[in-house]
Amino acid sequence: MDLSDIQTIADFIASHIVKQPKRSIDLDEPLISSGLIDSFSLVDLAIFIEDTFGVRIEDTELNADTFDTLSELADLISYRLL
Amino acid sequence: MTTVSRVLIESYQQAPDTIALYLLKSGRADLAITYGDLVRRSLRYTRSLEREGIRPDEVVILILQHGEDLIASFFGSILAGAIPAIMPFLTEKLSPEVYRRSLKALFEVTQPAAVITYADFAAEARQVADAVPSVRSLLITEGVPPPGEPTLTTDLDRLPGLRAHPEEVVLLQHSSGTTGLQKGVALSHRAVFNQLDSYSRAIRLAPGDVIVSWLPLYHDMGLIAGFVLPIMRRVPLVLMSPFDWVRAPHRLMQAISRYRGTLCWLPNFAYNFCAQKIRPRDLEGVDLSSWRAVINCSEPMHWKSHQMFLECFAAYGLRPEALATCYAMAENVFAVTQGGIDQPVRLDPISHESLTSRMIAEPSRELQALPMLSAGRPIQNTRVRVIDARGAGLPERHVGEIAIQSDCLLNGYFQRPDLTEKAFQDGWYLTGDLGYLAEGELYITGRKKDLIIVGGKNIYPQDLERLAEEATGVHPGRVVAFGVFDERIGTEEVVLVAEVEDDRLLVGIRAEQVASEIRERVTRGSEIALRRVQLVKRNWLLKTSSGKIARGANRDKYLREYPVDYRPGE
Repeated sequence: MDLSDIQTIADFIASHIVKQPKRSIDLDEPLISSGLIDSFSLVDLAIFIEDTFGVRIEDTELNADTFDTLSELADLISYRLL
Repeated sequence: MTTVSRVLIESYQQAPDTIALYLLKSGRADLAITYGDLVRRSLRYTRSLEREGIRPDEVVILILQHGEDLIASFFGSILAGAIPAIMPFLTEKLSPEVYRRSLKALFEVTQPAAVITYADFAAEARQVADAVPSVRSLLITEGVPPPGEPTLTTDLDRLPGLRAHPEEVVLLQHSSGTTGLQKGVALSHRAVFNQLDSYSRAIRLAPGDVIVSWLPLYHDMGLIAGFVLPIMRRVPLVLMSPFDWVRAPHRLMQAISRYRGTLCWLPNFAYNFCAQKIRPRDLEGVDLSSWRAVINCSEPMHWKSHQMFLECFAAYGLRPEALATCYAMAENVFAVTQGGIDQPVRLDPISHESLTSRMIAEPSRELQALPMLSAGRPIQNTRVRVIDARGAGLPERHVGEIAIQSDCLLNGYFQRPDLTEKAFQDGWYLTGDLGYLAEGELYITGRKKDLIIVGGKNIYPQDLERLAEEATGVHPGRVVAFGVFDERIGTEEVVLVAEVEDDRLLVGIRAEQVASEIRERVTRGSEIALRRVQLVKRNWLLKTSSGKIARGANRDKYLREYPVDYRPGE
């Protein structure tokens, strides 16, 4: 996972979930606990990550305890890609 | 006439080994709970409440997540003769401070005697409970003793719940937010059983039925159709949590397939959600042919959502005649009408023009006709009228307010005689919904009351407005929230329009900051995630002659000035 991969995820969240394409998302900004990604959009994020990186995130992992920020999500994906 | 406690104890005595429900939890094996288990688990709470000196007719607030503890404490409270009220549990995004405020609003009106929650949440609950003198006991689930066998029949005989009279209140139902939590629908045993009788007949409930539900128990559809009905009628229930469903909607289809589910209730948005977000590989081997009724209920029903759902799941055995509709409200315990059981749901294409300009639902063959889905016919012992502003009955196909009379109406809004009185007119309960009758079937066209329904949940705009007003730069009292139907997601999207104190806040980075703060405050303070915020200059908002913000007029103005002609992100 390089910075451009992380940017790809950030762009997806900003345009498809938050619906503000110009919004920037910081690496350590809370996503789930802040409600930026609402529960109805968690499945979209999981599908996007699977389609883009070939990594499956289980539904039991779609919570703030598993990842709550872009950097934690990137770590999770990187770990799976090993 | 019987009571919930009596039916539960009869099931315990007559069918202790019959499975009452299967509790599904992601990442864990399914848990089968028999009537024996259910009563034993519930009695733990009954005894704890008794030991705490909780008396019959006192309110017990349950602050628990979907699962065994919630189920057991709900029936345990009823067996103790107490009145349970389920409070939605804190979600990840909800601000603890706002949640505390909601709890306080609930406690102040219902004056509970006890609160049941987890050890983890005890400190939080204690803070609120300490400010409300009626609360004498805070029960921690972890501290409730393990189930014991009630060996003596005398042990059961002296259960306070068995002495309850059918006219007494058995449970309270609330909708969300500060406003909803101050308005508890108080239902008697009699009302609940009258509803179960009429509704079981309406859906032809029979041996062999299996009910599958992912709905929350703090909402009428989940509590009555997806919980109390199957348990009281000994129809097997397969219960999953809303938390799991929203993260893995395919688990609902897998559960229907595995348990040969026959009945399921869904809010309209769930049809779109399932059709759009379930992937074929999660449906391998799934067989939905057992499904005899998937009942659309609790928010406006849309033909397109049904079509989308059918197109997606017909390949897995879903039959078109399984699509059904229902019009329900907590004030009538649950259902008012039911459609699509004996015959397919009727589709009534009407003229849009005639509806908006003359309030008449005129049948139309135009391509642009509005495809209205029938909500079906009134269930037994429930009567439906459509009335004008003066309370006079309207002829067929004329749109007016829907008023109902039945043998299962609420006893009243708990401790709120003011609201109860306002809700009735000449013995009819005024629903606040608009609709028309045609050939004995009811069609819902809109709402008179200022209420937003998002994903089947009732959201009071005033709660959202109060949160938004706290944002820096927003002019207090000059904020309006309303819902706009979004066909793609099959439910309403909330729009919030706010006047700013200074025109310089309308552009650039400062506008972004104000809008972001509003989004954050509303998202963290309510059940919705707010996306659409429109900042406007001073005096943009329209007021009524009495100086109140007119939500409907401002909604129309917003739609005129900011037409939704784009879908960002698509």
